[in-house]
Amino acid sequence: MDPLPTQPGVPFQEAARLSLEDVQLRRNMGKATTTIRRKREKVVGEMPDWEQLREAGRAIKERTLRHLDKYLLQLEESVTRAGGVVHWARDAAEANAIIGGLVAKHDAREVVKIKSLTTDEIGLNEALEAAGVEATETDLAELIIQLAGERSSHILVPAIHKNRSEIRALFRSKLDGTEHLTDEPKDLAAAARAHLRRKFLRAKVAVSGVNFGVAETGTICIVESEGNGRMCLTLPKVLISVMGIEKTIPTWRDLEVFLQLLPRSSTAERMNPYTSFWTGVSPGDGPEEFHLVLLDNGRTKVLADPAGRQTLYCIRCSACLNICPVYERTGGHAYSSVYPGPIGAILTPQLVGVENAASLPYASSLCGACYEVCPVKINIPEVLVHLRGEVVRHKQDSRFLPSGEDIAMKSLARVFARPGSFERAQRLGRFGQRFVLKGGVITSLPGQLGGWTAVRDIFPVAGQTFREWWRARKKPEAKVPTTADGAKGGQS
Amino acid sequence: MRVSLFIACFNDTLFPGTGRAVVNVLERLGHEVDFPMAQTCCGQMHYNTGYQREAVPMVRHFVETFGDAEAVVSPSPSCVGMVHELYPKAAALAEDERLARDVAALIPRVHEFTTFLVHVLGVEDLGAYFPHRVTFHPTCHSLRTLRIGDAPQRLLRKVRGLDLVELPDKEECCGFGGTFSVKNADTSIAMLSDKVRCVLGTEAEYCVAADNSCLMHIGGALHRERTGVRPLHIAEILECRDGDPSPAPGFVAAAEVIRDIDGSERP
Repeated sequence: MDPLPTQPGVPFQEAARLSLEDVQLRRNMGKATTTIRRKREKVVGEMPDWEQLREAGRAIKERTLRHLDKYLLQLEESVTRAGGVVHWARDAAEANAIIGGLVAKHDAREVVKIKSLTTDEIGLNEALEAAGVEATETDLAELIIQLAGERSSHILVPAIHKNRSEIRALFRSKLDGTEHLTDEPKDLAAAARAHLRRKFLRAKVAVSGVNFGVAETGTICIVESEGNGRMCLTLPKVLISVMGIEKTIPTWRDLEVFLQLLPRSSTAERMNPYTSFWTGVSPGDGPEEFHLVLLDNGRTKVLADPAGRQTLYCIRCSACLNICPVYERTGGHAYSSVYPGPIGAILTPQLVGVENAASLPYASSLCGACYEVCPVKINIPEVLVHLRGEVVRHKQDSRFLPSGEDIAMKSLARVFARPGSFERAQRLGRFGQRFVLKGGVITSLPGQLGGWTAVRDIFPVAGQTFREWWRARKKPEAKVPTTADGAKGGQS
Repeated sequence: MRVSLFIACFNDTLFPGTGRAVVNVLERLGHEVDFPMAQTCCGQMHYNTGYQREAVPMVRHFVETFGDAEAVVSPSPSCVGMVHELYPKAAALAEDERLARDVAALIPRVHEFTTFLVHVLGVEDLGAYFPHRVTFHPTCHSLRTLRIGDAPQRLLRKVRGLDLVELPDKEECCGFGGTFSVKNADTSIAMLSDKVRCVLGTEAEYCVAADNSCLMHIGGALHRERTGVRPLHIAEILECRDGDPSPAPGFVAAAEVIRDIDGSERP
């Protein structure tokens, strides 16, 4: 199967059209999201204090972000005190230069990686490759994606769009000694293990993402399911962790809240199998060098916007992806973004600028299911609508001529401004629709509205609008169309 | 009580039967219904599509039209949701403190129709009679913005003769989402297809909701595919009493009316 096009800049509706036609993808996505959704509902339902936990998570995030400058400096101080080195990166280029420099200093040709969403954001693998360094993803799903030459389609389950027979075919073509591989999950995992073990034992440098960085102690935390992460965090001589600045939490105690919220929301487990903590370096145990790269890459800009700020509460659990009816049908690639789904639809445009991801805030029906499941109560629909306003304002300000939509919306706004003009428009519609009516309904409309009539008929303007009925009812002597009030068989 | 009806622009134009049903139900309960003729549109489509500056005059117009109302009732939960959730934001966007105050004062008086019946008036049994198999689609704005809970189901359960069948995956969005259905037509269609499949699986005669906007979308497909299943607003069921003719809302009625006006089928 050809990988789906995921190059940035492809509008959501175009990319979605391709994935909607992919039978296997639709089947895989529907099955996976439905399963995890049901499981999540069950394990969340076990918690009597879930709503209080959500509120606590939200409150901690809000408070931390309000004083982020203070907590970041405290984190730097704590990490340094524990023997780690802190680097500050304003953007992707700076982060890649820092990491590339460290890899070069140790003369490493191979790097193992875990929890690498943030490194996807900065394009680290491509940067390392350009420098002649081979980076290997060690999370099983990320390895699958890497071998397939694709981008991740889910925050937590990057290969969610693939089923096991597709994975077997991929392993057979890419990994040595897999000629007789079956599609049993056990066998697939064993093939990946054999491949990865060689990498773990050879690599001098590991790169990881970060789930939480504790300011008071300088402790870094990663939660994962397979233990491959722990191999990365403990075996290589040098460990470089890349952390978006919003992953800071003030105290060790705050973990109590997030370590309850995260696994239930993400993998629908009561507790994730592997939770790793490390604080600087310990002689004779684990890496000899620890580097923490604190990444901004647009985050301070998000922080400065009161309406969009809550986006940074995200703990990357992916509950919003699993519940989203749009994501379920289009898959992650349609978002052309490292962060897909509802959270991607609000995070990406803010990180890269709404003008560079203008279709994403519209990749939602605003059904609100994402807000309901978010463990830190990010009001995603609210931010989507806010960003849509930004998109429109940007288009209006940057275009010399208004767009068709712009003209239509402004004309409609004028129609709605006065009841008289609204009523005239109703009458005009009733007159005009006779040219498009077919068997009493409208079956086809031109232009963008044709998308509506592709599978749906449209109700025509009523023979007697409500206000006409009301007027006639109040003044029986007034002249009204003799429609016999079709909808109720003359009842009224 | 004197109740001011906010019909919502698309109900006024396309689904007047819903408005008539609301009036009939409320009047039967002994309330005086008022329809301020100045009302137009709440501005939701503009606001949610990103035309927020353009929506502000509509917000002002709504507040001016209904400012003095004792209670505003609407059979369109998504429009009520707009007033409750987004009017304060629109006032903030306009940096108009007076508007913000007026909006804050008006919001507690703006009610969705079924919750108004159940929670404000305290009625569940309206003496309705509707001997049909019905499935209920809860609609996202009712569920998650307004949190109307089970008010519609409580009303439906009291309707004599009505056979209420559970809609599978009922809480999942039908894919309408206002301009979403036009901007992302393909995704919207995929969501709609699944919803229609669930509706057909219930073998119901009517697909009922408390919001005609979703029904316009679902009903448009039910009609295109000639399923014979009719979309119907809950108000039009609550209006029906023993001895009334069965309602013929939506396309069928509209088609008759149009033909009538055209004169094409007159003797």
